[in-house]
Amino acid sequence: MGAVWTAFPELHPPAASSIAQGVDKLYFFLTLITLFFTALIFGTIFYFMIRYRRRKEDELAGGPHEHLPLELTWTIIPTLICVVIFIWASFLYVRNSRPPKASMDIFVIGKQWMWHIEHPEGVREINELHVPVNTPVRIIMTSQDVIHDFYIPAFRVKKDALPGRYTSLWFEATEVGTYHFYCAQYCGTDHSKMIGWVYVMNPTDYAAWLAGGSKTESMADAGEKLFTRYACATCHLSDGSGRGPSLVGLFGKPEKLLTGESRVVDESLLRQAISVPNSVRLSNFPPIMPSYQGQINEEQLLQLISYIKSLGSEERKTSGK
Amino acid sequence: MSSTATVDNLEIPAESRLNYLNASYGIKSWLLTTDHKRIALLYLVSITFMFLVGGVAATLMRLHLIEPQGALVDPETYNRLFSIHGIVMVFFFLVPSIPATLGNFLVPMMIGARDVAFPKLNLMSWYIYITGAAFTLYAAVTGGVDTGWTFYTPFSSNYSHSAVIPVALGVFITGFSSILTGLNFIVTIHKMRAPGMTWFRLPLFIWAMYATSIIFILGTPVIAITLFLLGLERLLHIGIFDPAVGGDPLLFQHLFWFYSHPAVYIMILPGMGVISELITAFSRKRIFGYSFVAFSSMAIAVISFLVWGHHMFVTGQSVYAGLVFSVLSFLVAIPSAVKVFNWTATLYKGSISYQAPMLYALGFIGLFTMGGLTGLFLASLAVDVHLNGTYFVVAHFHYIMVGGAVMAYMGGLHFWWPKITGRLYPDAWARFSALVIFVGFNLTFFPQFVMGYLGMPRRYAVYPPEFQVLNVMSSAGASVLAVGYVIPLVYFIWSMRYGPPAGPNPWGAKGLEWETPSPPPTENFEEIPIVTEEAYNYPQLPEVARG
Amino acid sequence: MTVHAVHGEHPPGFAHQFEDMEQQREAGNLGMWLFLATEVMFFGGLFMSYIVYRTKYPGAFADGSRLLNVKFGAVNTAVLIASSLTMAMAIHSAQTGKKKPQVWYLILTMILGALFLFLKFNFEWRADYHEHLIPGFGFYVRPEWGGGGAHVQMFFLFYFFMTGLHALHMIVGIGILTVLTVMAARGRFYEQYYAPLESSGLYWHFVDIIWIFLFPLLYLAGGRYPIPGVTH
Repeated sequence: MGAVWTAFPELHPPAASSIAQGVDKLYFFLTLITLFFTALIFGTIFYFMIRYRRRKEDELAGGPHEHLPLELTWTIIPTLICVVIFIWASFLYVRNSRPPKASMDIFVIGKQWMWHIEHPEGVREINELHVPVNTPVRIIMTSQDVIHDFYIPAFRVKKDALPGRYTSLWFEATEVGTYHFYCAQYCGTDHSKMIGWVYVMNPTDYAAWLAGGSKTESMADAGEKLFTRYACATCHLSDGSGRGPSLVGLFGKPEKLLTGESRVVDESLLRQAISVPNSVRLSNFPPIMPSYQGQINEEQLLQLISYIKSLGSEERKTSGK
Repeated sequence: MSSTATVDNLEIPAESRLNYLNASYGIKSWLLTTDHKRIALLYLVSITFMFLVGGVAATLMRLHLIEPQGALVDPETYNRLFSIHGIVMVFFFLVPSIPATLGNFLVPMMIGARDVAFPKLNLMSWYIYITGAAFTLYAAVTGGVDTGWTFYTPFSSNYSHSAVIPVALGVFITGFSSILTGLNFIVTIHKMRAPGMTWFRLPLFIWAMYATSIIFILGTPVIAITLFLLGLERLLHIGIFDPAVGGDPLLFQHLFWFYSHPAVYIMILPGMGVISELITAFSRKRIFGYSFVAFSSMAIAVISFLVWGHHMFVTGQSVYAGLVFSVLSFLVAIPSAVKVFNWTATLYKGSISYQAPMLYALGFIGLFTMGGLTGLFLASLAVDVHLNGTYFVVAHFHYIMVGGAVMAYMGGLHFWWPKITGRLYPDAWARFSALVIFVGFNLTFFPQFVMGYLGMPRRYAVYPPEFQVLNVMSSAGASVLAVGYVIPLVYFIWSMRYGPPAGPNPWGAKGLEWETPSPPPTENFEEIPIVTEEAYNYPQLPEVARG
Repeated sequence: MTVHAVHGEHPPGFAHQFEDMEQQREAGNLGMWLFLATEVMFFGGLFMSYIVYRTKYPGAFADGSRLLNVKFGAVNTAVLIASSLTMAMAIHSAQTGKKKPQVWYLILTMILGALFLFLKFNFEWRADYHEHLIPGFGFYVRPEWGGGGAHVQMFFLFYFFMTGLHALHMIVGIGILTVLTVMAARGRFYEQYYAPLESSGLYWHFVDIIWIFLFPLLYLAGGRYPIPGVTH
């Protein structure tokens, strides 16, 4: 089966991620089912068309017009096939929706009509995404305006980028090379020009690429500056004695909100907390945090969040400049 | 086809016998008619016009796409072209096509009634359709919209600089046409069946129209309120769909698809009803598995309301939502499969003839099977992640809508044309154009499956050069397809003047509509018939080997 | 079923696509029920959207709800329920062949409907306008709403859209009642034929029921009075 598939590279994009072959296998199976049933129906019809063509004007048809066992058979067998496909596809989907724990994060902001990509080290790209091979990468994205969609056919991944919230996808590239990415949600005039290239590099080349180019500060460092500039530090003292909760070590932990709901402090929660503070109050703290909606742009939000992520974690202390 | 004329005055040419066409003359007698048959023809003309508008848009699009950088127009214009193509084809052609033309003409006749339950409401439906179409066409010629037929927010509510409100208003208005038609059909079918016409003696076309009408009345109001909210948002900028002020752009998608998914079943169910009629008529056999086919229409109507989320698998909705919508989407495929098998089994030991309507029916079964099976790809979560938003989706729905619904519509038009007009058209030309359509269709849309898996996104005005070969193939096919649609236009119009008179039953088919003269009198039946037999009760050999 | 040959068999108002009055009456009734089903779906979309946002922003929606005039809302609820009663009485009068009460009850229904609209437009909405609570018409975000000003505006959008749509249906209903009153005054409805009254009654009751859902959802979302023992 795999041999047939690779023999026809024109029919599928390169299988360049850890999940691509799995998706292709399922696609191949679906294609076989389609071909089988199409051939079955077409063939049967063709055969009947010839065998039972009207030979005389006044001839009568014959044949039964009901047969319960047959009806049940051709209801149950397709149902079973559907169940198999559903389980297979869902299993892949659920597995592919969970990024491995050690993923590196890269942030993507879509806007009409380009993609801003920012690495935690602070390196920015436009319409290009450099990643190391054989490393799980988690893309956290949002949109500055309308709904866009980040799609890398070679990796078989796609996810909408929505304004006002974060969505994410993850992949692990398995082949060094250059691959397309596209915007796959119609977003206006230059939707079809909102495309770019993923460069999958081996780790040393990637490190060199990251280090080269103009010196930029890491996202966490930029975030730290914003933390001071917007006076977050005045309330969110790190020892917890301020008017707001301490943010040290907060990221990634499940916390109880005032509403009783338990949520993991992730990028989305932090974003919400900065934009619409009173909607995600942690227990016991008064609702006096002002909203920064409109004052902090998407990139700055991500930098702030990167900073908060780094508080109380080892990474921060070792990130050199 | 020799007509088995056993009733008086059916040899007299149509013109000299009183029928619904010549019962009265003058434009007022048409524009103020309450005769369901005349209203069907009013719809036929307007819907054909809208089909041509949508078809011109498609032609321009395919011409543009032969070059990777676009051969014809700039991206702004291309975006408006695909938007108007979708809006016109979905709301002004596919949704009303079979119900408003064939449905209006045939529903009363097939059940043995004189008209629909509310004839004046029926006429009002047509005027509402025309009004909505006028708004939309006006907006189209004064610049159009660039939102796609899906009007996703916040692009359509906050960013698009195009005639969103007039077009949304046009679609909103036309929705009421659908609602009233559906209401009329349900009441007619429930209350006005002739004596002896029990539910399980109804032609399957009626079951299909009944199921479609349920979707009409329950689904359409939701798109109406959705478009109303969109219009309000665009006017007042409150923020219902604007995340900057707490709105949720995905709420629009949920509301939109809550109607628009059942809408696609509005577009295919009537076609399936037509196919049941054609297969039986042209194999001179009772349908195989009548109750299964009837109930599958109802099952499709019900389940269709439960699957809308499969359009939103990559929007970041929860994995659990994805699982639920995926399993339900697989479920909705089963009744359609049941129909395909039953139609095929009907051919077994039939007495099959190959006039144009049958060619369309057989083409439908094959192409609908392919289109439906490719739907399974999209219901499969892991695969849909890769395929959503690509040409694979475009190919899938065109296989069902064009390879399915339009072919069923053409087959139905060809089948009932002699009844509607009293004239025969040249079958040789009809069969030829059916073949041209079949070939052109596959050439146009099959390459799009490949394009889609390779990753070419949809709604792209320009594309990377490696997709050019497939695009050129598709455009070449489209030119063939266009020819295939033009030919029937020519011979149908020709037949109205020069076609030989059709008798009451040129195909020798079963059904109450075939027991009236062609064209029928205004009141359909001199005397309301009394029904004593099952549907499709063709004389058949007893179940013995036929050799 | 007989073939009807003699025209005089059918009363005035008979539509000839039907076989007899019974079929016509049943068809009219079924048609009205189906139409009401479409109205449920139409309002339903709005209700769903309202519920989504109220769940998301309970505080802001409560703030907005508290600014509505519950007293007028409650009086209007009573007015509408009374109007449904008078409508039912009008139909009952027709069923029992009484012409004068029919007309009076229909007029009374219209008066109550008009009263509803008068109270709403003249007292509630006029005050809302002056207090700058109408989105798109000088809506003013009050400081006491804190960061949720935009969400309070959304509440008011839903309030005006839903009650406005309801009011539109009431106006159409009053129009229908006007026509029915004229017909009733001319003696068109009696024991054997009152189908238009029945259908319109269904419509009127439906519009009433919509209000019965709207009132608590919109007016009572805020919890106006402190419940002993509960601090919030």
